[in-house]
Amino acid sequence: MSNGADSKTFFLDEEEIPFEEGQTIIQAALSAGKFIPHLCYHPEFKPHGSCKLCTVRIDSRTVTTEDGQSVKIPGRAAASCTTPAQAGQHVESEVPEIQDLRRTLVQMLLVEGNHYCPSCEKSGKCMLQGLAYDLGVMEPHFPQYFSKREVDASHPDVLLDFNRCILCELCVRASAEVDKKNVFALSGRGNTKHLICNSESGKLGDTNLAATDKAANVCPVGVILHKRHGFEVPYGQRRFDMAPISDNPAQYAPVKEQV
Amino acid sequence: MNATTPPPKRKLLVATTSLAGCFGCHMSFLDIDERILDLVELVEFDRSPITDIKHCSPNCDIGIIEGGVCNAENVHVLHEFRKNCKILIAMGACAINGGLPAQRNSLDIRDILAAVYARPGRGVHIPNDPEIPLLLNEVHPLHEVVKIDYFLPGCPPSGDAIWKFLTDLLAGRTPTLGHGLIHYD
Repeated sequence: MSNGADSKTFFLDEEEIPFEEGQTIIQAALSAGKFIPHLCYHPEFKPHGSCKLCTVRIDSRTVTTEDGQSVKIPGRAAASCTTPAQAGQHVESEVPEIQDLRRTLVQMLLVEGNHYCPSCEKSGKCMLQGLAYDLGVMEPHFPQYFSKREVDASHPDVLLDFNRCILCELCVRASAEVDKKNVFALSGRGNTKHLICNSESGKLGDTNLAATDKAANVCPVGVILHKRHGFEVPYGQRRFDMAPISDNPAQYAPVKEQV
Repeated sequence: MNATTPPPKRKLLVATTSLAGCFGCHMSFLDIDERILDLVELVEFDRSPITDIKHCSPNCDIGIIEGGVCNAENVHVLHEFRKNCKILIAMGACAINGGLPAQRNSLDIRDILAAVYARPGRGVHIPNDPEIPLLLNEVHPLHEVVKIDYFLPGCPPSGDAIWKFLTDLLAGRTPTLGHGLIHYD
């Protein structure tokens, strides 16, 4: 086991993963080319820990009972985007019980909103859809919620379709941290929680959002859409037509800071 | 010589129908092209738009249903399939989550009918012949009405996806699609 101060590694599904001090499990895993499913994690933003798709199991133990049987004591479940990597840690990610949990989370997101992929401009490059494909989600399992949500087309360049919001707060974080505009926020609690726009009318068109803002380009699903750019890439040539979401994990890894 | 040839394997009886769908899934089914010749070696079509048989035989092995449930007739047909088919497959986006027809669910059915059947200057005449199935107030996926055994997503699922799904099922495997075949659009 690598506990030395200068050889920091942990184990992800029995594979040794190097990490730097301060890195979270998901950051180290993605940098090492190992994919961990995620929605609210983004390499350029502070971890949020809300979607729980990146949940892993840490330090499960096997004990031998008095009658000689081996029993696995499951380790603690934690969001790998908020949990710092620690030397010698044993992390389980791509194991059936964790993948089942992730599949259930994706199914709950799919029935909670109105996710009609055939009519969605984001289809083919939607992270929720890509994850669902990768996890083999064939059916919704739960009754459809059929939530009643509005569309906001008041902005000249950007359309908001709240039907697909998964409350990941990436646009909220981008607008506050990068654009310094605070255009978006979440309001309400529980199943009334929803995305709002920071203007007196509540309309996006009355905010100072620009189509070039980070907040307008960070949505992992089909909520924040650019007008006049729908369906530009033909079916069969879109991102997740070409490769599964788990392909090339390094694309989600944090960019190394220039010294 | 007492050698006996094994009795010919009974062909599985397959029924198909389209409820609140666009028949796109059935069209895609035909995209298995010449493989349909291999398929009919293994199955025989019962009630289906392909045969024009009007009701399910009581001993169907597989029922394949396209489209969600949007009216009273859809409910009756779905129950007929569930009653007569050992395995029921929801095929396509509409059967699985209501699909595009379910986008009317956020609207009041009276408002929709009034908007559709309003005639400028002649009022609103909503057809109410008893032969016309009554619309449900919401479109529902199949699994909210009856037990569904398998789901085949896609809008429509490609011919290749349908082929992979059915050949898995006929071979006794749990159908899996994998990258390139699993699609929601």
